[in-house]
Amino acid sequence: MTVGSARKRRIHKSGVLIVISLGAIFAGFPVFWMFVNSFKPNSEIFAFPPKIISPNFTLDAYFEIFNNPEKVRFFINSYIVAICVTLLTLLIALQTAYAFSRYRFRGKGLVNMVIITLQSVPPITLMIPYFSLVVTLKLYNTYQGLILTHMVFTLPYAVIMLTGYLNTLPRELDEAVKIDGGSALTALWRILVPISIPGIVSVGIYTFMISWNEFLFALTLTKTQEMRTVPIGIQLLMGQHSYEWNQMMSMSILGSIPVLALFLLFQRYFLGGLTSGAVKA
Amino acid sequence: MLAPAKISKPQNFSTSLIKRKLEPYGFISPTVLLLLLLMVIPVFLVIRYSFMDNVIVNQNPLFVGLENYRTMIADERFIIAVKNTAFFTIVSVIAHLIIGLSFATLLNSELLSKTTRTIYRMIYILPWLFTVAIIAILWRMILNPLGVLNYIIMSLGISQNQTEWLSSESTALLAVTFINIWAGYPFYMISLLAGLQGIPKDLHEAALVDGATGLQKFWNVTLPHLKPLIISMSILDLIWTSQQFALIWMTTGGGPLTSTEMLGTYTYKLAFSQYEFSQASTSAVFLFLISMGLALVYNRTQRAREQ
Repeated sequence: MTVGSARKRRIHKSGVLIVISLGAIFAGFPVFWMFVNSFKPNSEIFAFPPKIISPNFTLDAYFEIFNNPEKVRFFINSYIVAICVTLLTLLIALQTAYAFSRYRFRGKGLVNMVIITLQSVPPITLMIPYFSLVVTLKLYNTYQGLILTHMVFTLPYAVIMLTGYLNTLPRELDEAVKIDGGSALTALWRILVPISIPGIVSVGIYTFMISWNEFLFALTLTKTQEMRTVPIGIQLLMGQHSYEWNQMMSMSILGSIPVLALFLLFQRYFLGGLTSGAVKA
Repeated sequence: MLAPAKISKPQNFSTSLIKRKLEPYGFISPTVLLLLLLMVIPVFLVIRYSFMDNVIVNQNPLFVGLENYRTMIADERFIIAVKNTAFFTIVSVIAHLIIGLSFATLLNSELLSKTTRTIYRMIYILPWLFTVAIIAILWRMILNPLGVLNYIIMSLGISQNQTEWLSSESTALLAVTFINIWAGYPFYMISLLAGLQGIPKDLHEAALVDGATGLQKFWNVTLPHLKPLIISMSILDLIWTSQQFALIWMTTGGGPLTSTEMLGTYTYKLAFSQYEFSQASTSAVFLFLISMGLALVYNRTQRAREQ
């Protein structure tokens, strides 16, 4: 490499660094602003000129949430719903995916097509019939109502992804179990599931995220304060007279921790699963 | 363990054959039941509602044919909602694509070290890790007339006004579209980055030998390779963005006046503020048909890719 091209490369590199840093401001500044504002007293949120770190740095916005059982309840609700949705989705979707991956049966093509198509049904379209259906089934304002309606959107996705994953595993594995007299369920849970952990984890995380973030059903299918989830709880902090901006920010941070933690812990599975989903789905 | 299998009688064999035939239906039945009850039946119900006079409120609703559809098309607010949804969706999808592709290209640059790229990738993914409710609140704070964006604009001397981004008719639609662009590009970026990394190195080297410039290489090697991915992501994004409700609901609620009214908020208001459930069902069916149309196109492109 000549001196000239080395210099050219350096200039290129600084150019790329400048552009990528400007992009990072666009992407990251709003999140940074949420973070710093969660440590300010509410009166300083719109201080002019704005301060990054307030001299009155305070953890009040966090204590206000932890010390208020009503607000803690939003988090408990969200955890209960999202964890149940994730476990049930995986349990049911694994069996369905197993049938799609390992059996040939009448109607398979049709069911498969319906599942793929159902992913595109707008939630708002289901909203109106749900309202009467959920009331009729006595599921209005209950955990079960939220769990079941969230699963309508997590199941199709999970079945498609897990079928794809199981298809990559050799059939000899479960045939061996059956020769030994084991049932199909033994083959699935004892042999296939343990070696599918990466796929199951990425589907599980995505399922958890869908449920944790769900807004429309949580808004319309629950009524009382003690059944509300975090996304609705944040909205409820917009009072009629004053906005508790600092608390909305601390609640946003706290409400994002599960997803951020899952993302950091399982980044590789997560991105791998998502991108293979985008390529295949 | 092998013994029982060997001495199984023919009779047992036939029952186990039936069992084997029925087994897959057992495995798929929970999924099928749930989707039937909470997806297929509700879709039929909502279509039926759209042909009745006011359901749910009315004990014995009457069949009114296409009456609700006529009312909908004649409703000025509906036309505005369609236009706003079209603007919001198309601008978002194009911007998502451009930003996603640019960021993916930057993150794939060989001029940067692996650590640098990992750190920036982490920052670039951030908007995707926050839920819509949080994104809405966050941007309401930033776009507040007294907020940090107006401070930056004023101190740079671009404008001296405290613009009310979300509550003035001239800027609200642009503002919610911008928020949606910010929230949605990482999905494209991650997928396109994986796509970029899947381009065989020798393709680029061959182009380099042929004396192609960076831009030529991008047009002739990179883009054709990413095309199938770009098409399928754009269709998915069109489906999702046209259905957007939560972001609009929590930032502007469709206002001021009708400036950010979209099909989602229009339908929701008809149902839950005006209790016009049949009329709401009609626009819900309209939105459903758009999504199904797009889903059909999506399935076609996917099948074409598989062949």
